[in-house]
Amino acid sequence: MQIDWAALGQVFGVSLVVTVGLVGVFTLGIVGTSSASAAGTQPGSLARTGAYACFALCAAAVGYGIYLIVA
Amino acid sequence: MEHITLLIGIVIVTALVFDFTNGFHDTANAMATTISTGALKPKVAVAMSAVLNLVGAFLSVEVAKTISGGIIDESAGIRPEVIFAGLIGAIVWNLLTWLAGLPSSSSHALFGGLIGATIVSVGFNAVNADKVVMKVLIPAVAAPLVAGLAAMVATRLTYRLAKGRDEKETAKGYRAGQIASAALVSLAHGTNDAQKTMGVITLALVTGGVVAPHSDPPLWVIVSAGLAIALGTYLGGWRIIRTLGKGLTDIQPPQGFAAQTGAATVILASSHIGFALSTTQVCSGSIMGSGLGRKGGVVRWSTAGRMAIAWCLTLPAAGLVAGGAAFLADQGDWGVTTVAVLGLLVSGAIYAASRRKPVTHDSLDEVPDAEPAGVVTAALQAVAPPPAGPVAAAPVVAVTPEAGRTPAAAAS
Repeated sequence: MQIDWAALGQVFGVSLVVTVGLVGVFTLGIVGTSSASAAGTQPGSLARTGAYACFALCAAAVGYGIYLIVA
Repeated sequence: MEHITLLIGIVIVTALVFDFTNGFHDTANAMATTISTGALKPKVAVAMSAVLNLVGAFLSVEVAKTISGGIIDESAGIRPEVIFAGLIGAIVWNLLTWLAGLPSSSSHALFGGLIGATIVSVGFNAVNADKVVMKVLIPAVAAPLVAGLAAMVATRLTYRLAKGRDEKETAKGYRAGQIASAALVSLAHGTNDAQKTMGVITLALVTGGVVAPHSDPPLWVIVSAGLAIALGTYLGGWRIIRTLGKGLTDIQPPQGFAAQTGAATVILASSHIGFALSTTQVCSGSIMGSGLGRKGGVVRWSTAGRMAIAWCLTLPAAGLVAGGAAFLADQGDWGVTTVAVLGLLVSGAIYAASRRKPVTHDSLDEVPDAEPAGVVTAALQAVAPPPAGPVAAAPVVAVTPEAGRTPAAAAS
């Protein structure tokens, strides 16, 4: 019996890294565009730009996902 | 098309019925947490999932082409009767698990049905046992572990990063993100599961000599399979949606987002790398993982345990039903007719039973049989009471690895 441990390990590693990475980046985007609840101050332009970059990265990941499904 | 016999016609209709049950059985995978976090209204969610399933069905025919060459050795003399019996077994199991509100893998039901029917009518040597272990058993253990761990870590991370932010404000972002990942899951489901039906229909056409072996599914097969799965998805398996969206754990927007993103990633990574995992098991695992990842989150292990039992039973149960059906169908035309009639009767009975306590999109919030805290849940809570602050984070860490193993241990 041949168990493809390499493929299983790859799935495990890739899934973990990509999921945590994407969720982390997206959360940074959310944090960058939201005001801190304690102060109620609006986020600065730098934070806002960074946040949009995060969202763009996530959108790119979704695009890559669609590419994987179609291909 | 002029060569299609009555029997092959019956097989095609049965395959489409299976495709339909597959659709409403698996709506929950993409949409259960999307609905329970309020990212989408129930009706909108199932409509979106249906459209994406339909679109997904047209995207590729790769899976359909490989389904016949895998678990069952098609050269060993598979006849349409065998495929018919296998489909009946899968449909009956899908309906039973739906009645119980348990998410179980439709693909495993299909494999189990085909395997059982093949064993009865051809013999054990026509089944590739290695492939069964490789494609069904190992993924069944691996899927919830991989998805659960990824979703758990992601959930912890996102709660840590967004700490101190206004929950109402961040919830909007999480919901938007969740819609995107749920859409990916739906699309991937359409390409995978609709194609399985296409593969089965094509296999039937091949065994009946209508199309040449190894040919692409004809266009009408693609269209009808896509429509059947989309219709099933749109009707929505509300029982299973309720189990996954509310029964397993209480899902908040950050958890829903982490779970759904984890599920989409695992599904795409696994199918791309070539170690296909069951969508249902991936999604259930990621939901449990997100439940474990939130401080104070509780996974209802009794529900998870029933799910794990259903996963273990899927293959043998669908196989048994299909084996019995194959035995009857082998007796000739009257046998096939008997199986068809019995299949209709059983489906009708299950539907009638479901009408007694109907679950619709309106009654998703009611959880009538409020899950009694199971032994495992109670024990876990005793060991690790939901901590109130960051100080108590340690016990959660200590408990989770063991907790994450429980469903797998039950499954093996």
